[in-house]
Amino acid sequence: MTTTKNIVRVTNVTKTFQLGKIAVHALKGVDLEIPTGQYVSIMGPSGSGKSTLFNMIGGLDKPTSGKVYIDEVDVSQLDAYELAWLRCRKIGYIFQTFNIIQVMTALENVTLPMTFAGMHNDEAIEKGMDLLDLVGLGDRFQHKPFELSGGQQQRVAIARALANDPAIILADEPTGNLDLNTGEEIISLLQNLSHERNVTVISATHDIKMLNVSDLVVWIRDGRIDKTESRDELTISIGRIDARSA
Amino acid sequence: MQDSVGPTNAEMSDPGISRQVVLPLRKSVEIAYNSIRVRFFRSLITTMSLVLAVSFLSFVNVSTDVANGLLATGDPELRQALVRAGYDLKPEDRRADSSPKQRWIVLLSLLVCAVGIVNAQLMAVTERFREIGTMKCLGALDRFVLRLFLLEAGMQGLVGAAAGAVGGAFFALMNGVFFFGRQAVVLVPVGDLLMSLSTATAAGCLLSLIGVSYPAWVAARMQPVEAMRVEQ
Ligand SMILES: Nc1ncnc2c1ncn2[C@@H]1O[C@H](COP(=O)(O)OP(=O)(O)OP(=O)(O)O)[C@@H](O)[C@H]1O
Ligand SMILES: [Mg+2]
Repeated sequence: MTTTKNIVRVTNVTKTFQLGKIAVHALKGVDLEIPTGQYVSIMGPSGSGKSTLFNMIGGLDKPTSGKVYIDEVDVSQLDAYELAWLRCRKIGYIFQTFNIIQVMTALENVTLPMTFAGMHNDEAIEKGMDLLDLVGLGDRFQHKPFELSGGQQQRVAIARALANDPAIILADEPTGNLDLNTGEEIISLLQNLSHERNVTVISATHDIKMLNVSDLVVWIRDGRIDKTESRDELTISIGRIDARSA
Repeated sequence: MQDSVGPTNAEMSDPGISRQVVLPLRKSVEIAYNSIRVRFFRSLITTMSLVLAVSFLSFVNVSTDVANGLLATGDPELRQALVRAGYDLKPEDRRADSSPKQRWIVLLSLLVCAVGIVNAQLMAVTERFREIGTMKCLGALDRFVLRLFLLEAGMQGLVGAAAGAVGGAFFALMNGVFFFGRQAVVLVPVGDLLMSLSTATAAGCLLSLIGVSYPAWVAARMQPVEAMRVEQ
């Protein structure tokens, strides 16, 4: 990368859910710029709007107002095909609940996005095996999700997210359903990927462990960005958190 | 590995490269087939009412074929046997036909079956919200989802309807043997029999596709966020 540019740019995004007569303001004007290749954590209490922001960045939902740019392309201007293309090729999703397709094997899950992207079957299988090797599940490729542990399922999800060499990996509480150790393994796996492949990782979390590996931390509170801190500013905050939790 | 971001960036800003997502038909068939295989029990239940309704249709039609085979001999004794067995034959009739009452019951059973299929498929779709949502996050278009559901229903319909048609025909022939002896089977016109079998199979397939079309449409139009929000 010769020039550092922003892979994601969010300008003045609001999102209001209309529940009958009540309007829930999940996001109240968010501005955010995320540079390419960074590991970004979005921190905030439950209900602060992390998942909502995620869905906007991932092109899974449309903002009520404001704009989301992925690679300087306005997501709201895309038609159904282009949106599907974006989800398929540009973004890899990882969820708290893994969301591995239950009726497919690990390998089939990983190769599905490649099929959508038009890759030849043999090539897809070869690449799928490589990716499963990368996440340490090379020997489990024929297993169905229910034969895998939570951590292993999340590894499959990571391999699947990498299928089409996305520019961005969006992870919504990827460690939320995992125990401490497994969570740490998943976090370091994501961090390595981010560095080795220059993939931008954006991850929402309550998990303080995430802070150590983040290049940028965005604190969100009640639908607004509280503050953003880069790695060097962070040590101070972590000290504070440690002191608080001790 | 290092250049993994490079090409995708180039593609995004290069309007020359078409931004396409595809799901080849062969792959769709494979996915649909596997989906049925893995959920075999579920598919069996969905298909059961279809098998029964189609076998009833086939039974009625093949019974008529058997009667026609017997009538075609012109043997007055067989004609008497047919009348005794409940066929409403006027002296001038050269062909037997299913009674209006029978046709009504067949129609009703097909209708009930269609409602049953819609119901079972709506359940199946609800169970698979998350799977559908995940596929959409991976880049599936609405029509991929629609096609997968139609293919599944088509395959289930074909196998179920064929089984029902053969089963119904078998019972109709057995029934013929029971009332009229072996000649019932020997005399049955093969062309008519095949016609009855294929009509029943086709009707079953059509029914299965009609039954799945609304649930599949619901599934295909679902937004990924909604699909992912359901607890499962
Ligand atoms: N589809 C929806 N309909 C109505 N309200 C919604 C919807 N999605 C989110 N909300 C509301 O928006 C707010 C933010 O929700 P969001 O899921 O983004 O929080 P979160 O930060 O991800 O929380 P958590 O850490 O618990 O996952 C909440 O008040 C929630 O009730
Ligand atoms: Mg959330």
